[in-house]
Amino acid sequence: MRRFTARLGVLAGAAVLVLAGCGSDSGPTPVEQTPRPAGDVVTIENAWVKAAPDGMSAAFGDLHNSGSQDATIISVTSPASPAMELHETVQNAAGEMVMQPRRGGFVVPAGATLSLRPGGDHFMLMDLAGPIAAGDEVTFTVTFSDRSTLTFTAPAKDYSGANETYEGGGMPMGGMGSGTPAPAAATTAPTTADAR
Amino acid sequence: MSAGQANRPGLSRRRLLTAAALAGGGAAAAVAADQAIHQGGDSAPVPAPDAAALAGTSTTPFYGPHQAGIDTPPLAHAAFVALDLHDDVDRDGLRRLMRILTDDAARLTQGEAALADSEPELGSVPARLTVTFGFGPRLVARAVGDAALPPWLGPLPAFTIDRLDPAWTGGDLLLQIAADDPVTVAHTARMLLKDSRGFASVRWRQAGFRRAHGSEPAGTTMRNLFGQVDGTVNPTPGTDEFDRVVWCGRDSGWLAGGSSLVLRRISMDLDRWDALDRSGREQAIGRTLTNGAPLTGTQEHDEPDFTATTALGFPVIPEFSHVRRARSDNPAEKIFRRSYNYDDAPAPGQISNSGLLFASYQADVHAQFVPIQRRLDELDLLNQWTTPVGSAVFAIPPGCDRGGYIGETLLS
Repeated sequence: MRRFTARLGVLAGAAVLVLAGCGSDSGPTPVEQTPRPAGDVVTIENAWVKAAPDGMSAAFGDLHNSGSQDATIISVTSPASPAMELHETVQNAAGEMVMQPRRGGFVVPAGATLSLRPGGDHFMLMDLAGPIAAGDEVTFTVTFSDRSTLTFTAPAKDYSGANETYEGGGMPMGGMGSGTPAPAAATTAPTTADAR
Repeated sequence: MSAGQANRPGLSRRRLLTAAALAGGGAAAAVAADQAIHQGGDSAPVPAPDAAALAGTSTTPFYGPHQAGIDTPPLAHAAFVALDLHDDVDRDGLRRLMRILTDDAARLTQGEAALADSEPELGSVPARLTVTFGFGPRLVARAVGDAALPPWLGPLPAFTIDRLDPAWTGGDLLLQIAADDPVTVAHTARMLLKDSRGFASVRWRQAGFRRAHGSEPAGTTMRNLFGQVDGTVNPTPGTDEFDRVVWCGRDSGWLAGGSSLVLRRISMDLDRWDALDRSGREQAIGRTLTNGAPLTGTQEHDEPDFTATTALGFPVIPEFSHVRRARSDNPAEKIFRRSYNYDDAPAPGQISNSGLLFASYQADVHAQFVPIQRRLDELDLLNQWTTPVGSAVFAIPPGCDRGGYIGETLLS
């Protein structure tokens, strides 16, 4: 159906660049000096979020960067959850696959796609503000290291997987349990300084 | 063949060439494959077979004014699944459900995995997949109240021949899934049902089949398991007649561009049919078994001559024959048939449990389907061997555009 894409409205800026190129003399087209904001060149397709009655959930999708510079996602927010984290899934010392905040954020390499998938990197909703029912449209806003943003909506899907244990919380997301809030994200949230 | 032989390059070449030829690419594809292999030598990766030659890559457009699966070619395998809505599903819930199911169908029919598809590889062989949604009376009433119910959306009038089993009857939401590949049908049904389970439960599921893709020339009228050519007189998609018979007109409110489906599960008694000789079988239907020609003609599509009589003065096409009884003088009483065979596990002590998933599409069930069925109910020799055991009527909403969803004309 829809490709849930969104981008910042900086088309006007792009037009200025184009005009500047036209106005220059017969030399080669000047290379873009300032990279376009990440929020303008990164799109997301196939976005979806796991439906859950309470507690934690996660959102997935394919982030594509059409720009010439790597884009680093440093945070994500959603009205659906007051706390969110950027998670990776790793093997812990016991050999179990567990989720944990990813230091340095998510890097979407220039000209490439970063796929957020169950069992891999994902946007983690730490404590749902209310139930996410299948078919709901949930809005997310991603912030990049250059402070530009990308807002998109993702439909909620009834999904039984993505049950990795959260290392901090000890419960799988989307559970029917008490919905114990996870530890505050502040201590581990990636910052711009960490960005690679 | 031993495991060691399987790795011999000569053998793999032959197998590839055979595959290319069988896939319909013919000599050109075979030569191309041969060249590719010799060029690369034994260590080169084996080239992928010509994707265009594989039937599994064919797709049917999903978006459009009408839902696919009615005026598109019938495919080899079908699943008809009826769901009953959970009591707490309201109009908003229906909207969410149909958005999700539409997205699944739009992706899977184009050979893309659905969102949250746990087996995305199974979604990569569309094989002309179509998914068609139908709404039963309870769904429509739940969405907008009884006022929006078309008069025909409900159980058919009782027919004397019916022996309806509730297990095959009724339903709130129909998923009609068809493809030329049964794995595609199974995966699509699984995906759609996973996304439906929060809203509805499965009431019944019926599997149907026709000849495999490529077994017969496209457009060949199907044969049912009695061996009869079944469906000769049928409007042709793309004609004015078809549009008139099948699609609900502009004055049909939320159903404009939609249709209706009557799905009848018709049990066919193959054991008793066996007792009937060939001539008796042809008399029952009024057509020859060889090619489906009317008993007064030589070709399948010859017009039957109901006035022709035998030397003894009897009609050549008997008054009690299926063809005679199904024929109406009223041009409005026409339907579009798109049926599938079924052949399920027999009951203990039996050797067959077979029949027809009789699927009839029309703009108005009461004006078109019911009069025909009434005449067949009153008299049709074929009733001796056939028994309707399931019956359901669904409104088929119109299609949608990209960004929209099936049912939006009712639910938005």
